[in-house]
Amino acid sequence: MSILSPEVFIKKQVATVQEYSILSGRAIADIFSRPRYWADIFTQMDSIGVGSLPIIILSGFFTGCVLALQSVTALQEFGAVSKTGSLVSLSMVKELGPVLTGLMVSGRNAAGMASEIGSMKVTEQIDAMRALGTDPIRKLVAPRLIATIFMLFFLTIIADAVGIAGGALVSVGMLGLNASSYLHSSYASLVHGDIVQGLTKPLFSGFIIATVGCYFGMRTTGGTQGVGRATTQAVVVSSVFIIVVDFIVTRAMIGIFGS
Amino acid sequence: MPEDHANPGSSSTTATAGSPGDRTPVVRFEDVSIAFEGKPVLQEITFSVQRGQTLVLLGPAGCGKSVLLKLANGLLKPDSGTIRVFGQNIDKLRRRELYALRARIGMVFQESALFDSLTVEENVAYRLHEEHVPEAEAHARVVEALKFVELEAAIDKFPSELSGGMRRRVSIARAIVSHPDLILYDSPTGGLDPITSTTIIELVMKQRDVWHTTSLVVTHRLQDAFILAANRFDPATGGMKPLPKDGPDHGIDEGMKFLLLNEGKIAFQGTTEELVRSGDPWVKRYLA
Repeated sequence: MSILSPEVFIKKQVATVQEYSILSGRAIADIFSRPRYWADIFTQMDSIGVGSLPIIILSGFFTGCVLALQSVTALQEFGAVSKTGSLVSLSMVKELGPVLTGLMVSGRNAAGMASEIGSMKVTEQIDAMRALGTDPIRKLVAPRLIATIFMLFFLTIIADAVGIAGGALVSVGMLGLNASSYLHSSYASLVHGDIVQGLTKPLFSGFIIATVGCYFGMRTTGGTQGVGRATTQAVVVSSVFIIVVDFIVTRAMIGIFGS
Repeated sequence: MPEDHANPGSSSTTATAGSPGDRTPVVRFEDVSIAFEGKPVLQEITFSVQRGQTLVLLGPAGCGKSVLLKLANGLLKPDSGTIRVFGQNIDKLRRRELYALRARIGMVFQESALFDSLTVEENVAYRLHEEHVPEAEAHARVVEALKFVELEAAIDKFPSELSGGMRRRVSIARAIVSHPDLILYDSPTGGLDPITSTTIIELVMKQRDVWHTTSLVVTHRLQDAFILAANRFDPATGGMKPLPKDGPDHGIDEGMKFLLLNEGKIAFQGTTEELVRSGDPWVKRYLA
């Protein structure tokens, strides 16, 4: 591996940010102009949304279960076991639901996008597409962007719901809490701002997953080894971005809603 | 300036540039240079291809032949110089205009570059589907193109079910299905056995002699180039036959031109006869 001078290294990083920004900008612009590839959009919605459903349900459900188990231990010390439902629902809706769903979908779909597009890139299928008069950003990136943002929104709602249900199952079935009390405190503790915060995050996460996955796919070089590298990079970068953007959105929402 | 930004899809440009009677070169490179990561790949390349002409690009591996072809299709942008295709400066075209211009260009890739998730029919009909050609008409044109490459039996197969030679023929069918005004062949015989290579060259010749399509053919196989220069397609036999030595062309197709690249620079350009009579030591060594 060659050692780069600081100047070359910085130039490469700036060029990467520039290329990513151009790709994202073009994909957004393509959403609002014709032609639109509706068949590709629905195929991606099926792959990203329906295909991710099992892992989202499982991860959301068991996160809710663990959250209830852990929080009861701590809440018992303060005599606030009745607040378990409130803690689980607030944690799921505001934070764990959106972030876990984003990370799970990132692991599954950012990797899938990078490897699929990357394989097309190294076998010249992207060039062939361009040579045949089709814009690959419009055909490959824009449908994935629309589908990821749209489906991640609903996947997050499902993750929130099954997480609260998982918490309820543990609280009632294992810890002997009152079901009505758990559900009431879960519902009552949620305010408008919490829901808005929880459902704003998947919009950003969806954008990150699709654009990062497609970006690393589109810049793949170096044959099958390059495809593997692009896939790993896509998952790592999108996961880190999701967590960083989660912090920024949370801070902005606290600024807007005050809690 | 207005010409650079004209919409190639409009009748004013598509009806004239590259059409019969038009003297504008179909492809014109002027002092084109490109480098990758600081390493020059092509340097000050200047040449032009007239309507109906076949230009064979020869040279050792890695001398920039494929890069030159990708530049001609706007898949790469030059660092300096001007590339005009059908009279339009492709470097100045907007994204949409460039995609519209490519509708007039067919390209055969080195490794075929077929879409592996689509069947042969869907691959060949790809451009027709993009242009919203009615399904029945698209199917008829796909069958016609597959008949041209003698592969109509493979219409429902996937690329993974085809041999290398068959994939290359499908790639040719995909390039010619829309009857383009210009075809770019990137090493159409690369990696194929001699018999399959001859079949592919015969198809290139058939396209040249039946449709008179302007072509740029990249190859590193000298025999491919000389087969193209010394033969013509015979519709009666459905195969190629040598040009008569006592004919007006003296057994060599005068419409064919050669461009030899060496280390990113033009080592030779001219006709077949000029090539074989060249006194340049490097050219002589390359041909030997």
